Amino acid sequence: MKWETVIGLEVHTQLATKSKIFSGSSTAFGAAPNTQASAVDIALPGVLPVLNKGAVECAIRFGLAIGANLNRVNVFDRKNYFYPDLPKGYQISQLAKPIVEGGALKIIVPSTGSGQSEERVIHLTRAHLEEDAGKSLHEDFHGMTGIDLNRAGTPLLEIVSEPEMRSSAEAVAYARALHALVTWIGICDGNMQEGSFRVDANVSVRPVGQTEFGTRREIKNLNSFRFLQQAIDYEVRWQIETLEDGGRVTQATVLFDPDTGETRMMRSKEEAHDYRYFPDPDLLPVRLDEDWIAAVRATLPELPAAMQARFQRDYGVSAYDATVLTGSRALADYFEAAAKACGQGKLAANWVMGELSAALNKAELDIAQSPVSSAQLGALIARIQDGTLSGKLARQVFEGLWEGAGEVDAIIEARGLRQMSDSGELEKIVDDVLAANPKSVEEFRAGKEKAFNALVGQVMKASRGKANPAQVNDLLKAKLQ
Amino acid sequence: MSDTSLSSLAAQLAARQVSSRELAQTYLDRIAALNPAINAFITVDAEKTLAEAAAADALRAAGQAGPLTGVPVAHKDIFCTDGWLTTCGSKMLHNFVAPYDAHVIRRFKAAGMPSLGKTNMDEFAMGSSNETSYFGAVKNPWNPACVPGGSSGGAAACVAARMAPAATGTDTGGSIRQPAALCGITGLKPTYGLVSRYGMIAFASSLDQAGPMAPSAEDCALLLNVMTGFDPSDSTSLDREKEDYTRDLNLPLAGLRVGLPREFFAEGLNNEVAAAVDAAVAELKKLGATTVGISLANSKLAIPVYYVLAPAEASSNLSRFDGVRYGYRAPEYANLDDMYCKTRAQGFGAEVKRRILIGAYVLSHGYYDAYYLQAQKIRRLIADDFNAAFKVCDVILGPTAPGTAFRLGEKSGDPVEMYLNDLYTIPANLAGLPGMSLPCGFDSKGLPIGLQLVGNYFSEAKMLNVAHQYQRATDWHMRLPPLGEAPGARG
Amino acid sequence: MSLTPDDVKRIARLARIETSDAEAQATQVQLNSIFGLIAAMQAVDTRDIAPMAHAQEVTQRLRDDVVTETDRHAAFQTIAPAVENGLYLVPKVIE
Repeated sequence: MKWETVIGLEVHTQLATKSKIFSGSSTAFGAAPNTQASAVDIALPGVLPVLNKGAVECAIRFGLAIGANLNRVNVFDRKNYFYPDLPKGYQISQLAKPIVEGGALKIIVPSTGSGQSEERVIHLTRAHLEEDAGKSLHEDFHGMTGIDLNRAGTPLLEIVSEPEMRSSAEAVAYARALHALVTWIGICDGNMQEGSFRVDANVSVRPVGQTEFGTRREIKNLNSFRFLQQAIDYEVRWQIETLEDGGRVTQATVLFDPDTGETRMMRSKEEAHDYRYFPDPDLLPVRLDEDWIAAVRATLPELPAAMQARFQRDYGVSAYDATVLTGSRALADYFEAAAKACGQGKLAANWVMGELSAALNKAELDIAQSPVSSAQLGALIARIQDGTLSGKLARQVFEGLWEGAGEVDAIIEARGLRQMSDSGELEKIVDDVLAANPKSVEEFRAGKEKAFNALVGQVMKASRGKANPAQVNDLLKAKLQ
Repeated sequence: MSDTSLSSLAAQLAARQVSSRELAQTYLDRIAALNPAINAFITVDAEKTLAEAAAADALRAAGQAGPLTGVPVAHKDIFCTDGWLTTCGSKMLHNFVAPYDAHVIRRFKAAGMPSLGKTNMDEFAMGSSNETSYFGAVKNPWNPACVPGGSSGGAAACVAARMAPAATGTDTGGSIRQPAALCGITGLKPTYGLVSRYGMIAFASSLDQAGPMAPSAEDCALLLNVMTGFDPSDSTSLDREKEDYTRDLNLPLAGLRVGLPREFFAEGLNNEVAAAVDAAVAELKKLGATTVGISLANSKLAIPVYYVLAPAEASSNLSRFDGVRYGYRAPEYANLDDMYCKTRAQGFGAEVKRRILIGAYVLSHGYYDAYYLQAQKIRRLIADDFNAAFKVCDVILGPTAPGTAFRLGEKSGDPVEMYLNDLYTIPANLAGLPGMSLPCGFDSKGLPIGLQLVGNYFSEAKMLNVAHQYQRATDWHMRLPPLGEAPGARG
Repeated sequence: MSLTPDDVKRIARLARIETSDAEAQATQVQLNSIFGLIAAMQAVDTRDIAPMAHAQEVTQRLRDDVVTETDRHAAFQTIAPAVENGLYLVPKVIE
């Protein structure tokens, strides 16, 4: 039987506010335990919540960025359950009237093997504001668990997609696009190690052609794109095998273990969840007035989708490249500055996505930390364009820039990397090479194309890479005729 | 006896006829003498009280005294008070020394008014007799075999016995007005949102409101001036211009339209109470008021609605008492879950547990619409009835409670019987309207009878005007229970 | 409608209140008499009535996004049942 995978994601993004959603405590990461847990955060008797305007504004930014409906009146509810990292015994969230409903996100699913990369639109169900819980530390305190409530009350925007993804690759592409967007519009720092962007995946499978969904299992708390992919792949295999072996999938919450690469059922609760949601009587309905929404809209930067279209139009890059280049605001800004500096969009795209990205990856650096500035890269590309540098020489100049050896032209001069432009000098090298390789000449004349390439290689070598490969080609062809 | 009204005490303090310290000591002495029999206080801390009184005296010496600086008051043990045990009448908080002040407490401190201690109350304010307190029942000063009402029973009893010139209370379904009625004092529940709930341990957040309890309407007006005011840390606090609630006290009542809801004079009302209320109506007419018959047809549903909404909110509000961060934790348990279950089974009393269970049930899957949502809809119908009524009258009048103080233990075995005590007080909480109770007579057993006024939103000054004019014409509020002399204020 | 002892056990479980069978029996009787009182509500036609969640028709005030709190964990933890290294201690949480 052929199976189809159905995936929907729920992403918890920590909002980049200074203070918590319902108290004036700092949200800074990494403080000593409970030093950022105020009376409200630890739920002392009698304390009350007051909503942070900054958190609401983040939600408005997000709603505008995905073209969603902003509920002009939205309501906070209490979700009741007992857990030691949940000090009030309820989480303040939004159930019936969330702040954001609808909206969509364009994703590009990378090609697998020889196929084309594919563009898709994923629809969002909703996004609602809620408070984060504290942390349970399971290190051994004489068989006890330690509770740190610093994180309790950190604002979250829970972003829920429709179950529209059909593979782990699509799920990852969606998660990446969402990650790019929330960091792009400045509502989330995107730090996945610190838990700023946490993904839950609802996964089910069904026979191809079946319209109703299969029973889903929810994989909780995936904090890297790689784990997201691995967890879904494992889960899908497990569900298909279970069904093909005649078993049943029952609705459950599972955890992914990165060490084993497997998902496992969370300890089953004795009773079904019954969260007893009801509107929080301590908080009034939140009203979004049009002036506020308009003011927030005016502060939104150009969004990735708009920028992608512009990059394709203005710089002639492919849809896929435009998506990669708008993977983050910093990357997009870098690319655009470099492209403008050299007037060569496609070449700039190739360098940013090729040489530069590889070097940054290797050095584990962020684009913002790049030792080579966008102006320098632009200048380098300009020297390729005007024939001063070959691709190979340019890579050597790039190394110089990376090492901080100075500006492009200075490195070319200091290291003697200028492409040979004197045709007399090149002609002499070509003659010498032909004279020294009679066998290759003979083979070429006998019809062996490969021999020609060998001769080109010899010329390049003799010129120590400074010869212009096109010129070498032309000259050799002329001489061998 | 000497005059212990707040205006008189304030005048004596201002004239330096008595110091705040001396006044506080006088009351502390009276508490020491009377409280063992009445049990109105959970915590008395003479040292802290006298230190606060000394600070008030220093403030006066520095020329920085406000109108009530130096006048001591007692606070219901529901208000978190920095450095004071704050129990809410529960074993769950038997050891909870609050690390912060409620907004109400801050306002009294800012006014330079020392605290005489923390008054006894029904556990988590759930009760109408003060019998659910972990710290024992409070006795009614008029008859120690009777209850003082609840949940602000300690506050009402301590004011009735003049162990404090005045006290704070809170009212979710009648918890200021019903004990005020049963103890023969005056108490006012303001419009919801006028007094900050910050630091007041929540029972039912959408209904809870703090207010003053004192012998007279004038005292209540003065206290209300201290207690009200916008608080940015309570989202439901109303940002309104500050009022002087004493401003209209002396207006004549000519032309006042008093609404008499027929539902408040129907079956179930004790005859002696009915007679006293009728007499009060006659008195108001003498003062120039006219009466108009009104109907609050849906108020008969107030108790069902209240016993859905209040427990629902309470079941959630009381989830924070889990033995993790403060308060009681069961001494023995097998695991985390067992720790929760034992802590809450042992830490809460029977009535609190009952209401938590009702609340959990009405919010649980499959029952929400039939109970919680239906109750919220009828709540609106009840509020709409009041809105219609206030088109034809200025204030609504009726009994505060269907009867007078009942005997300890008389109703504690039957929750439903107990709940019916709040029949007339609950509608104002549901609508968010101000309500007050003032003494209007005694029954044949010598127990006080309470008259209730319900006003339109923000009409506290008008209600206090009506009550004050009534109290100028009558002396029910001046009567003292047979306990001995009031302390005093020399002279 | 009326509650069974199983209903009582179920909601006591939701509310994390240990309840013995005998307690559940007694509680069931009391709760049923209370729900008898509440039942009067069910006869009212409320079709077009908007639920009333708050006493006043006002909307939520918003706080500016500024840090106003300071570290008070030492004071808060003097009243805690069990703490170590600034952490609240609870019996082991098993996920």
